[in-house]
Amino acid sequence: MSKSRTPSITPWLFLAPFLVTFAVFTIYPLSQSFVLSFQQTFGPRSTVPVGFENFRYLFTDPLFWIALKNTTLFTLGSLCVQLPLSLGLALLLNRPELKGRSLFRLIFFAPSLVGLVFVGMIFSLIFEKRTGLLNVVIHSIIPQFPLEFPWLQNYVMLALIIAALWLYVGFNMIYFLAALQNVPGELVESAGIDGAGPWDRFVHVTLPHIMPVAGFVVLLSILGSFQLFELPFVLLGGSGPENRGLTLVMYLYNTGFVTGDLGYASAIGWVLALILASVTIVQRRISRKGEE
Amino acid sequence: MKRFSPALLVIYPLLIFFSIVTLVPFAWMLCAAFKSNADFFNSLFLPQGSGFLGIAWDRLTFANFSKLFGELGMLRATMNSVFLASTTALLGTIGGAMGGYALAKFEFRGRKWMTRLILGAMVIPGPLLMAPGYQLMFNLGLLDTYAGMLLPAIAPAFGIFLFRQSILNSVPMDLIEAARIDGAGEIRIFATMVLPIVRPMIGAFLMITFLGTWNNFIGPQILFQSPEKFPLSVAINSLKGVYSQDYGMLMAGTLVSIAPILVLFLMLQKEFIAGLTAGSVKG
Repeated sequence: MSKSRTPSITPWLFLAPFLVTFAVFTIYPLSQSFVLSFQQTFGPRSTVPVGFENFRYLFTDPLFWIALKNTTLFTLGSLCVQLPLSLGLALLLNRPELKGRSLFRLIFFAPSLVGLVFVGMIFSLIFEKRTGLLNVVIHSIIPQFPLEFPWLQNYVMLALIIAALWLYVGFNMIYFLAALQNVPGELVESAGIDGAGPWDRFVHVTLPHIMPVAGFVVLLSILGSFQLFELPFVLLGGSGPENRGLTLVMYLYNTGFVTGDLGYASAIGWVLALILASVTIVQRRISRKGEE
Repeated sequence: MKRFSPALLVIYPLLIFFSIVTLVPFAWMLCAAFKSNADFFNSLFLPQGSGFLGIAWDRLTFANFSKLFGELGMLRATMNSVFLASTTALLGTIGGAMGGYALAKFEFRGRKWMTRLILGAMVIPGPLLMAPGYQLMFNLGLLDTYAGMLLPAIAPAFGIFLFRQSILNSVPMDLIEAARIDGAGEIRIFATMVLPIVRPMIGAFLMITFLGTWNNFIGPQILFQSPEKFPLSVAINSLKGVYSQDYGMLMAGTLVSIAPILVLFLMLQKEFIAGLTAGSVKG
């Protein structure tokens, strides 16, 4: 690239909107978040320094552990159900001879446009006892299945995983589909000529090619799942019976904006950030090893 | 002629099955929005009767919508959503394109460092900024104002990153140099030469920002206190708290909230998908 002869102030002027808003609305609150996590607050104004008390309390706080357990369960549950199904749909669609391919893609993708709040609204009615669509349909197929099945009372995690499945399956599918289109077709064909069955061809030819994207989708899903908030918040109107739907971000929200302790909320935020950072580092390590 | 593959005999039924499963929640919402509460309990989708296709079309009603837009003032929430989403999209796209251009086409001290900062900014988890962000908005007097939503969205790091990639790949340096020799000003080069070339990315980024703001709940939920400033996401959730038994009306409100997005998507799906996958596949 040739050296630009313009005064070196020009690029900084183009970056000015970012620099100003980033400093005010990200860097400053980020540093405040650190300060706050060593304070107890009553609303935004009155603060009391408490040292490490927030973090010490966090480790004995039963609600924090419930939230962490729920969030982890949801993350693992959705990973195990969502991703194989997303990949499966992508494999089904990845055939040039398939008619109506773009229509199917459109249909599967459509739910990911719906905001979590609105998904929560729709599914809060779908999961209703007796009148809810899900119970009525399952009951009509399997008469032993009770119409009163308490999705939103006793099977909260399962309900959340199902709603998230509907929402995200098509979104992840788009990534897999893009990755599959980069798998050289000749390679798959020549493996077939060499006598490899469909399963062998998938494991030895297709899978290694889509691994980088798969790793990225896994990371994106974990990071997203760990920040789950709106879906249970709207679906259950809060944390649900016995806090069965309490997630980390919901606990942060309740602490900061219902109880009014922005300090303890910030401490929860830092623990969440630490978890997300560790997940990212582990994923990077694994994917780098895979490339070698 | 393409060969007929017997696998398609399995694939089509599977795809059709999953399509139905995907579409049924939409259909359920659509039907419920036009039913009275009595019919909501009596029929799963549309009320049965003696009309065309065995459906009692005359029992369908607009009552849910007139209640929403009449006494519940949903028009205000809809306008708030339209205003916030389109303004955020516009501001974010301009700020993103400007920053991306600076990083892609200028050599200056600290460029590497700035690019790293942008990448770093993208991984800061939003929930970490919730509590201190609220305190900041309180101190700046921005609580319960539209400015509190719009100002932080002026130049998103993600936008700068996407535009940087796009400008690096598609805008030739010679073009910019030639314009400079001709004496064109920097802003003119940016607005009349760079922006037209990255038009697809502009479309894509407008769309994803609009969608993200439209569906954003936690931000406005924390920021706004007066109901007349609520966007649809917050308004719908507060309706659910008060009218939890009014199923038809809740579904009508949800339909109003997601229909514009679905229509927009149908018209511009190429831009949409390009925008969603741009960050991963190319980057």
